[in-house]
Amino acid sequence: MIKDITLGQYLPGDSVIHRLDPRVKIILSTLYVINLFIINKFIGYLYVAIFTAFVIFIAKIPFKYIMKSLKPIIWLLLFTAVFNVLLTPGEIVYAKFGPFAITDKGVYLAGFMIIRIVFLIVGTSVLTLTTSPIALTDGIELLLNPFKKIGVPAHELAMMMTIALRFIPTLIDETDKIIKAQKARGADFESGNIINRAKNLIPILVPLFINSFRRADELALAMEARCYRGGEGRTRMKQFNIEKNDYISIIVMVGFIIISILSRR
Amino acid sequence: MSIKVNNLTFKYMVGTPFEKTALDNVSLEINDGEFIGLIGHTGSGKSTLIQHLNGLLKPTSGEIYIDNECITSKGIDLKKIRQLVGLVFQYPEHQLFEETVYKDVSYGPKNLGLDEEEIDNRVKWALNIVGIDYDKYKDVSPFDLSGGQKRRVAIAGVIAMQPKVLILDEPTAGLDPKGRDEILQNIKNLHKKSKMTIILVSHSMDDVAELADKLIVMYRGKNIIQGTPKEVFRNVETLESIGLAVPQVKYLVQSLNKNGFNLNEDIITVKEAKDAILKALRREKK
Repeated sequence: MIKDITLGQYLPGDSVIHRLDPRVKIILSTLYVINLFIINKFIGYLYVAIFTAFVIFIAKIPFKYIMKSLKPIIWLLLFTAVFNVLLTPGEIVYAKFGPFAITDKGVYLAGFMIIRIVFLIVGTSVLTLTTSPIALTDGIELLLNPFKKIGVPAHELAMMMTIALRFIPTLIDETDKIIKAQKARGADFESGNIINRAKNLIPILVPLFINSFRRADELALAMEARCYRGGEGRTRMKQFNIEKNDYISIIVMVGFIIISILSRR
Repeated sequence: MSIKVNNLTFKYMVGTPFEKTALDNVSLEINDGEFIGLIGHTGSGKSTLIQHLNGLLKPTSGEIYIDNECITSKGIDLKKIRQLVGLVFQYPEHQLFEETVYKDVSYGPKNLGLDEEEIDNRVKWALNIVGIDYDKYKDVSPFDLSGGQKRRVAIAGVIAMQPKVLILDEPTAGLDPKGRDEILQNIKNLHKKSKMTIILVSHSMDDVAELADKLIVMYRGKNIIQGTPKEVFRNVETLESIGLAVPQVKYLVQSLNKNGFNLNEDIITVKEAKDAILKALRREKK
């Protein structure tokens, strides 16, 4: 059923990783991703694997959730592998099929790309699994604040993200209800050719849009009624402070990057 | 069209930590042409129960028979069931989508694959039942109507399918008193004229006391009391303990009796109360 879709994969917890300042977490995750592309030898990825496993372990994330985050990109991985293997020219040719050839370089590159993508997804999953969406948007807002001077609407962006996240479950419920109501009126969403099926979606989409606009209107009014006037002079309920753990994690990450750079040689 | 529910149990999110039993071994029987009032506190399982009756939800265990046909078995034609059992959801006006009232009401009949003429007749018939002037409103956008009118058009959309059983989930929620009375009057007339079996989910004890032949009281996924309104409303304490109440006039009769009147305790509608009080007063005069 539509309700079973999980959006935002936050896993509530109380580990050291969970408690890190979201700003620090976002920056460290970015560094982690950049680091993935600095490494140019397989041995470097062994360090990455150990480091990532260590972080997952102290964040107490069940292995199942990590696997789940990889599931949607299985096809992407397969395509990357196949294209890299077949289309990279190289010195030693293992096999040849017309214009395609499996070469040493191709296999090497395919392995590299797959490892990079997997760690990319796993690393960013650790961020989203251990940070609540609200903390994440707060973190983004605070990080973007310095760019306000050059016209980046940091607060507005963060507020939009927060509202969007807040209304995802509401919209799912609403969609579920509308689907049921139209089914009760004999609507059939499962059979027919693709054009008919698309047409059959109109009775769902129109009410959904109308209700969303109505809801947006009401929300805007409700926010104004509580004196919301944008980010200017707005304080927050939860203050973020960089603490000891944040410094330790930064040091660990810097050390890890140094090791990675050393592994290039 | 009779409905029989046998040991119906429904669980949400089976196999997850969020598993919740919404219906717990519900058995009940509804006879052809009956007007049923379904009452219960929010979250008592009313909405879950009615969604089972037209196959929108599949029970975790148990069976439902409609005219002795099991609708919970595999391979049943759900479209046919949904034609026989019409379901009007809460706030049905939120599901309007067409450009004109006519098109929206005809959506259901069209899905049934009826011919133009029959659709035309049904739209006229359904709009007439809900008291919407066909000639005046058929080409109007449903979004230009008032709240009460929208609601009635949406209800007409289900009635136009000419179900044998009509289920309405709180059809008067959020309407002003006038809109509320109109809709209840429409439903009452429909029941009188067409002999449809009607199931009305309501939070208003006064409304169900007035309209229903039989009441079913839900509490925590179980149907704990059922019977005629008079029988059910004798359980004042039980009803109050589960967050419900009895009709206002029943409280009035109780206080009057405490202060020297001798009225029938089974009075549940305003009209009955009026007659009884007038009679008592006249007797006193003599």
